[in-house]
Amino acid sequence: MSATDDKATDFAPDVTAAAEQAHDPKPRPKGRTDATPLIDRYSWYELVAIYAGIALFLFFLLAPFIEGFLVSLKPLSQLFSSPYRFIPENASFAAYVTMWQSVPGFARYIFNSIFISTVATVIVLLVVVPAAYAFSRFTFRGAGLVLGGFLAVNMFSGAVLIIPLFRLMRSLGILNTYAAMIVPGVAFLIPSAIWLLRTYMIRIPKELHEAAYMDGAGYLYTLRRVILPIAMPGIVVVAITTFIGAYAQQFIFALTFNNKSEFMPLPVGLFAFFGKQEVIWNELMAASFVGIAPAMIVIIFLQRYLVGGLTAGAVKQ
Amino acid sequence: MRSERGALIAWAFLAPALIYVLAIVAWPLVQTVILSFTDASLRKTMNWVGWVNYDKIFNATFATVIARTFVWTFFSVLLKMILGTIGAVLLNAAVPGRHLFRILIMPPWIVPMAIGIFMWGWMYNGQFGMISGLLQRFGIVDGPVAWLAYGNTAFWATIITDVWIGTPLVTIYFLAAIQAIPKDLYEAAWTDGAGRWYRFRRITLPLMVPAIITMSMLSLIATFNSFDIIWILTQGGPNGATTTMIIDTYQVAIGSRKYGEGAARAVVICIFLSLFSLAYFRVTRRLHPEGAK
Repeated sequence: MSATDDKATDFAPDVTAAAEQAHDPKPRPKGRTDATPLIDRYSWYELVAIYAGIALFLFFLLAPFIEGFLVSLKPLSQLFSSPYRFIPENASFAAYVTMWQSVPGFARYIFNSIFISTVATVIVLLVVVPAAYAFSRFTFRGAGLVLGGFLAVNMFSGAVLIIPLFRLMRSLGILNTYAAMIVPGVAFLIPSAIWLLRTYMIRIPKELHEAAYMDGAGYLYTLRRVILPIAMPGIVVVAITTFIGAYAQQFIFALTFNNKSEFMPLPVGLFAFFGKQEVIWNELMAASFVGIAPAMIVIIFLQRYLVGGLTAGAVKQ
Repeated sequence: MRSERGALIAWAFLAPALIYVLAIVAWPLVQTVILSFTDASLRKTMNWVGWVNYDKIFNATFATVIARTFVWTFFSVLLKMILGTIGAVLLNAAVPGRHLFRILIMPPWIVPMAIGIFMWGWMYNGQFGMISGLLQRFGIVDGPVAWLAYGNTAFWATIITDVWIGTPLVTIYFLAAIQAIPKDLYEAAWTDGAGRWYRFRRITLPLMVPAIITMSMLSLIATFNSFDIIWILTQGGPNGATTTMIIDTYQVAIGSRKYGEGAARAVVICIFLSLFSLAYFRVTRRLHPEGAK
């Protein structure tokens, strides 16, 4: 996990396993017909305590979004008035309309964010699919070492390596281009993607490789025609987690390697407004929510594919 | 198929990913070490200066930064573990709505970090922000408190935001760990008349220990590297109160363009990170002797 950039992809295997479990509660022991086993029955005060606890926990995690959303509905005059009011009066979606003028280049930032994430995801997949295939299909000397090495990459964040990376981008002559944000970003997305896809590909029965091999198919042909179709659900899962990771990591590289506003991804573009004294907060919050939307849409798909991909991956077992 | 040819083909398939990571991560790592012994700056040329950069940084200020980083990291990780455990236990309860709750904890983790941090930035606003506003409403504080304007409060504010971002993942990981505990254990204890709290203390908690150790090591490394949160909220201020090692390195290297000095600071970070990683690998090997799946 490259520290700050890690949040989306690094622990993906565990998380997907958790998601799987979350959606697939353990089958109840046979012969027990009632819906909830006695051990899972709660007294009323236990229920109250549990729900109160969950409510508090969720409030902590969701408060910024709730507040951000309410702010986006408040007229500016009400925002900058005391005493503080949690619930907006005269709530309106006006900010969602006016922000397109007040945050110039907003549409461009969203496009940049999606563009950078998409290109990064494609590059990651191109290098990761063969690598994961190599790890899952062949036993060779040094495999464990290289696999561990990839994991070690996750220990260092882009921030630690920022100086040589800056010099590298400068000598490649790609400062202030999309490439300056994509090239370093991809490197930190590769390790988790390899680990995730490898776990997935290992589950493909060895007999399939051997059957193709016996029929005289080359390795490349086997990968393309036999493995890829079977591994497709797994590849989709890796693509989604990589995309989210790429969307999330767009800060430090974009902040440091690019100062052209036409190439800025959303976080840095909005940061430019955040820093100013006369921030139009309701529009900034509206812009943030619209900016989150693409990632959220992807996540709605993620829910379904992650579970589907993982269960379909159990070709054997 | 173990063969010379097979190994060669494996390396060929591996090559693109390997070369990419070597070029963008491994080589810069080596370069950081080299640069730390030079006076590199924006100028085209640089000179070998030996240990000068290290001499320069090892002073009281830098020691304070290191200490601050450790305190910041310690409390952030500790709070994440505590909240993650509580959250996992709550979400594991067999109550209606739990599937929905498990999805609802995800947003801080999934939303682009920077955007979540902007929202915290507004909440910490003294004049109009929610936290100050609600606390005044309930009479807990007298006047507006600009949380990010004072060293002490800014320090904790950045920790809380870091905890907020890290907690969902820890919770999900712990939830998976709890669900992996065999149900018969609980049923056996239950039949013997053990209460809920007793079962938690004697079954859940002890069996969660490996997960807690693994996660706190991973979280330690991630938190130590934390950059976005502090940079967006305070940029290391006020008066350096939230300047951790990463922020300090960034300010020197990118802010002041002192690459050599910045690199020396980065090397110190790398040494700490390597120690953490080493500890992590040793601990996980002991906890999961069968090796990574």
